[in-house]
Amino acid sequence: MISRRDFLQVGMAASALYGAGGMGNWARLAAQQTLTQDDLLRFDTSGNVTLIHITDIHAQLKPVWFREPEFNIGVGEVAGLPPHVTGADFRKMYGIADGSVMDYALTYDDFVSLSQAYGKVGGADRIATVVNAIRADRPDALLLDGGDTWQGSLTALRTQGQDMVNVFKALGTDAMTSHWEFTLGIDRVMEIVENELGFPFLGANIFDATWDEPAFEPYQMFERGGAQIAVIGQAFPYMPIANPGWMFPDLSFGIRQERMAEMVAEVRAAGADAVVLLSHNGFDVDRKLAADVPGIDVILTGHTHDALPEPVLVGKTHLIASGSHGKFVSRLDLDVRDGEVKEVNHKLIPILSDVITPDPDMAALVEAERAPYMDELTEVIGTTDSLLYRRGNFNGTWDDLICNALLEEREADIALSPGFRWGASLLPGSDITREDIFNATAMSYPNAYRTEMTGEFLHIVLEDVADNLFNPDPYYQQGGDMVRVGGMSYRIDIDQPQGSRISDMTLLKTGEKIDASKTYMVAGWASVNEDTEGPPIWDVVEAHIRKEGTVSIPSNETIKVVGG
Amino acid sequence: MTLSRRETLVLGLGAAVAVMMPLGAHAAVEDAIAAFTGGADVSEGGVTLTAPEIAENGNTVPISVSAPGAVSIMILAAGNPNPDVGTFNFGPLMPRQEASTRVRLAGTQDLIAVAKMSDGSFVQTSREVKVTIGGCGG
Repeated sequence: MISRRDFLQVGMAASALYGAGGMGNWARLAAQQTLTQDDLLRFDTSGNVTLIHITDIHAQLKPVWFREPEFNIGVGEVAGLPPHVTGADFRKMYGIADGSVMDYALTYDDFVSLSQAYGKVGGADRIATVVNAIRADRPDALLLDGGDTWQGSLTALRTQGQDMVNVFKALGTDAMTSHWEFTLGIDRVMEIVENELGFPFLGANIFDATWDEPAFEPYQMFERGGAQIAVIGQAFPYMPIANPGWMFPDLSFGIRQERMAEMVAEVRAAGADAVVLLSHNGFDVDRKLAADVPGIDVILTGHTHDALPEPVLVGKTHLIASGSHGKFVSRLDLDVRDGEVKEVNHKLIPILSDVITPDPDMAALVEAERAPYMDELTEVIGTTDSLLYRRGNFNGTWDDLICNALLEEREADIALSPGFRWGASLLPGSDITREDIFNATAMSYPNAYRTEMTGEFLHIVLEDVADNLFNPDPYYQQGGDMVRVGGMSYRIDIDQPQGSRISDMTLLKTGEKIDASKTYMVAGWASVNEDTEGPPIWDVVEAHIRKEGTVSIPSNETIKVVGG
Repeated sequence: MTLSRRETLVLGLGAAVAVMMPLGAHAAVEDAIAAFTGGADVSEGGVTLTAPEIAENGNTVPISVSAPGAVSIMILAAGNPNPDVGTFNFGPLMPRQEASTRVRLAGTQDLIAVAKMSDGSFVQTSREVKVTIGGCGG
């Protein structure tokens, strides 16, 4: 059973204790105050319209650990701007006290220690409690889901997203947009959208590839508080490039800025008093879109998994970043009058699973969805001595572990693991269950390939991915992180153009420089190519962990980062 | 696994673009523009070129051009072995001076549209379209 623990909030006391206690163990030092559900939910209801935003939950129905990134580098005009601020700089920018709940929720540096005080985050039953509490204040609050909902867990994989569809219907979702949803394949997506979902699946930028005609509803108008609220959906723009296009062959995506301007004009002409963009563009793309397409009042951003405690204002557009994995819910109260948004009040609510009481109905639904898979989910495969996490521009310990598994199980010189941003964390000393492995790997094109690549091609791959991350124009960024590399070190100069960023590629097992003309045996997973052969990555990782018993991931020193 | 079509495409193209862009292609683009304009001055703006920022399939990239008041619009793909894509001519009865087509792109490159206006002046615009391996989106 879930116990309600008392919560330690350091508040102002933290700075006084800093000198005496040193870094770490804030949990022990912080003993002044208890944190309650009311504290987390406190909000002075205002205006006439409330929006609730959840995004990128990646099928996490149960509370998880989730460590935020240490490296989240911004380039060009956005260098040093949120969300490209981490750790102590982030706390300073937003006035967050060391050891406080928002330190735990939004920064990485003291994660393991603070996790002991604050506990796991997320959980559909806790989210339901928060949604219900907001709707007790404002019964017609709009619940908007930014997508990446139907993928990321064993149960979502086994049920082809059905568990998530059922949960988000039960939450009372009003509209959603999409990204990984399409990796279930177009037939399954259409089955859900047409027969099961019961709320709009919006995507103004999704077109029929043959005829270049709109393929999904672009927007939905809602009457709330006497005002017309237009919610426009924007799916992930680089769907057929970043994910396997063969799974949805007749669809074309793209940013389609002109189309967005047309949609804003269309909903305004149709009487919208407020325009909300439910987006899966990624934060920097949305920031540029907000500057180039006037008339959007609120952009509910997604995809890049950023969480910000305050809106970022671009002109009159409020950009909201609500995190990922169910860790946060954003609440916005809007005062919409006379055809415009007069005021926006916002709160990023951290879903602390030990503070927020589970909603019993949702808890029962989640248990029912998981019940058929419990034996499979709970089997302990090994343990970890290290904190396992994924987020970071260049590497994370989860992918270090996956690369180690690929190198050894697939007998490769070099391993590649894609720069996904989804995947829960695991604390040092934890068991690693099969569920944990799937939380970092569950998807529909998991086959672990083994193939020869020349040094020249490996360089092209790294340059290509680096430009998707560090191109100074956000419209050329795909929103993932750098491909993770095992067995090879390299140097990256972020500020160089594509083709000149990556150098000093070195094969770790021999210490020799990578030769452009030589071939190397490379193992990887999540190829977007059809008919990729190999065992699913979770089997590779499971076999490796079983052999290791206890995994230990040393600090990764293989990537030298310059610039940025 | 065999890293198939996509890999081959990118490999071949990376090399081709690197070799050709500085020399052959650029001169060919200048020649094509000079032939279209007869050497007249070309100003920026007045013509819109719509294309994806990143091509979903470099073999068939949908693009459209629009230049109100134009009598013809020429499109060039600056990084292709042969940069000529085509020229659209608009008769006096055409209600709108716009056109759409699909182009094959040999790699990341600029698309260029040059429009001849009814008064004999010329305008141009360009847009970079990236051709990428992809496969690592968040």
